[in-house]
Amino acid sequence: MHPIFSRRAWLVAYLAAAGFGATLLAVLLRVAGRLSWPVAAELAGPLALLYAFVCLTPWYLCRMLPLGTTHPAKVAVEHLGSAVLATGLWVAAAQLLGRIAEVSVGAQAVTPYLTAVGLLLYCLSVALHYMLLAMQASREAAIQARDAELRALKAQVNPHFLFNSLNSIAALAVKDPPQARQMCILLSDFLRRTLGLGEKESISWAEEIQLVGAYLDIERIRFGTRLHVEMQIDGACGQCQVPPLLLQPLVENAVKHGIATMVDGGTIRVNSRLEEGVLQVFVENGYDADAPTPRRQGARQGLGLRNVRNRLETSFGSSARLLTTQTEDNVFRIEMILPCQTGR
Amino acid sequence: MPNGALKPSEKLRVAIVDDEPLARQLLREYLEADGRVEVAAECANGFEAVKAITEHQPDLVFLDIQMPKLDGFEVLELIDPAVAVIFVTAYDQYAMRAFEARAVDYLLKPFGEERLWKALDRARDRLAEAQPAGAFPSSRAELAAAARPPDQQLERVVVRDGAKVHIVPVSKLDYVEAQDDYVCLHTEKKHYLKQQTISALEGQLDPRHFVRIHRSYLVRLETIARIEPYSKDSRVVVLTDGTQLPVSRTGHARLKELLGEAG
Repeated sequence: MHPIFSRRAWLVAYLAAAGFGATLLAVLLRVAGRLSWPVAAELAGPLALLYAFVCLTPWYLCRMLPLGTTHPAKVAVEHLGSAVLATGLWVAAAQLLGRIAEVSVGAQAVTPYLTAVGLLLYCLSVALHYMLLAMQASREAAIQARDAELRALKAQVNPHFLFNSLNSIAALAVKDPPQARQMCILLSDFLRRTLGLGEKESISWAEEIQLVGAYLDIERIRFGTRLHVEMQIDGACGQCQVPPLLLQPLVENAVKHGIATMVDGGTIRVNSRLEEGVLQVFVENGYDADAPTPRRQGARQGLGLRNVRNRLETSFGSSARLLTTQTEDNVFRIEMILPCQTGR
Repeated sequence: MPNGALKPSEKLRVAIVDDEPLARQLLREYLEADGRVEVAAECANGFEAVKAITEHQPDLVFLDIQMPKLDGFEVLELIDPAVAVIFVTAYDQYAMRAFEARAVDYLLKPFGEERLWKALDRARDRLAEAQPAGAFPSSRAELAAAARPPDQQLERVVVRDGAKVHIVPVSKLDYVEAQDDYVCLHTEKKHYLKQQTISALEGQLDPRHFVRIHRSYLVRLETIARIEPYSKDSRVVVLTDGTQLPVSRTGHARLKELLGEAG
């Protein structure tokens, strides 16, 4: 199916152009063929409409003969051949119509003009179709690039988290086998949930919370008494459908740039509630103000934070936002707001 | 001092530095299986590490990189260069830096006992090498400075004062004065001595903010109040607090260039 039929505005514009072509054709028939105005108009209408559709056919040929990968001579020969064929058919149709309308006066004089116009229009159509294809290709490339980026970001399991967790399991294996087993189960649970997410457009907020819970359970074993977690999740939020891995990277940042920088550790507070169809999420953690963590430098602000922000923007545009604040007493606070969409 | 060759019969005294209790426990468990090793200290952060290494003077330190307070490289800068260091981390991207800073080995978590024995053998070999005076022509700070990625400017300078560590944010630094093998870091309130050459420090600081005005002086541009003639052929820089510092001919040329650029 030609893309022009998929958009009404395009089709209307094209038919308008065809109408304009019909007017010019009528003038040509009147002047060169010395036909009366009514007869000229009667012939020009159907002929222009017919050729308007003929000029859509290069779409298929242009797709079969992509520029750059096809030999230029082949492109030229194929298109010229079809141009001659199309023009020939059109001129024959014109003569047939003329005969039906029983106008023979000066009809022969029009034929060279019709042939020239037919060839030119066909070639113009070929050029326009190649332009259309190029536009489509660039748009698709942009979409694919963005999709690939999103997939890569979604599928990222921090390898250092994995290696450190495995190291903890190695440590527990001899001293505390039940705990080692527990850690294996938690880690598997977390990995299974995360790895399955690459394919999904959205998950429920409840699933995201479970993922974060599994993540924090593992980190609590690693950090021991240094990591405290307080989660307050309003049950009404659970049904909201959200892009996956919106909260987990924020919590991972809180561990990495917050708790891990403090000698005595600290508390991560996660709070989420639903208010008038809007999902509000807060993540808070303490940090060491002297740590060389580059969070104050915008450019190097955590990749995770930027990733979440980009994905909010892609999914919800201006109706979602993510704000970060730092208080005097060294608390880093993230506020994330997004529309809660339920069902599919 | 741990200086002087370690005899094969001697017990290796080690310190374990890691912020994760389980990681420390695992390493201790491995090490205690080897009768020729004695764990002298266990530390959970950079400050503790510098303090413990200064006090206990172990032969070998197992050092994590990402820790509270000081990272592994900063700890390395502050300890006796004769102490052998094995980095233990889950991150593989610091290996080059680690070896440039003369680390004995680089263990990636999780690792097995056999890999650890290999690292210990290397450490014993390194420690058994004859270490005549002057075997460390440059201090650890120099090595660590050289190992820093060139595009990464220093955000803070770490200084050791006995077993105590000071962190001097680069933004608080007014000027630096060379004193033999040491540099004296002057801030508004205090000054700190650090074993490092002024050239090495200069290489780590942002050249848009710090100018070497003299063989022995490195100054933050913003603290300069004015430049005054001193004698027929020389000049001094007067800082905002009134301190006067000599300016060499090349130093003056550099200053003019930078100030010209700025205004």
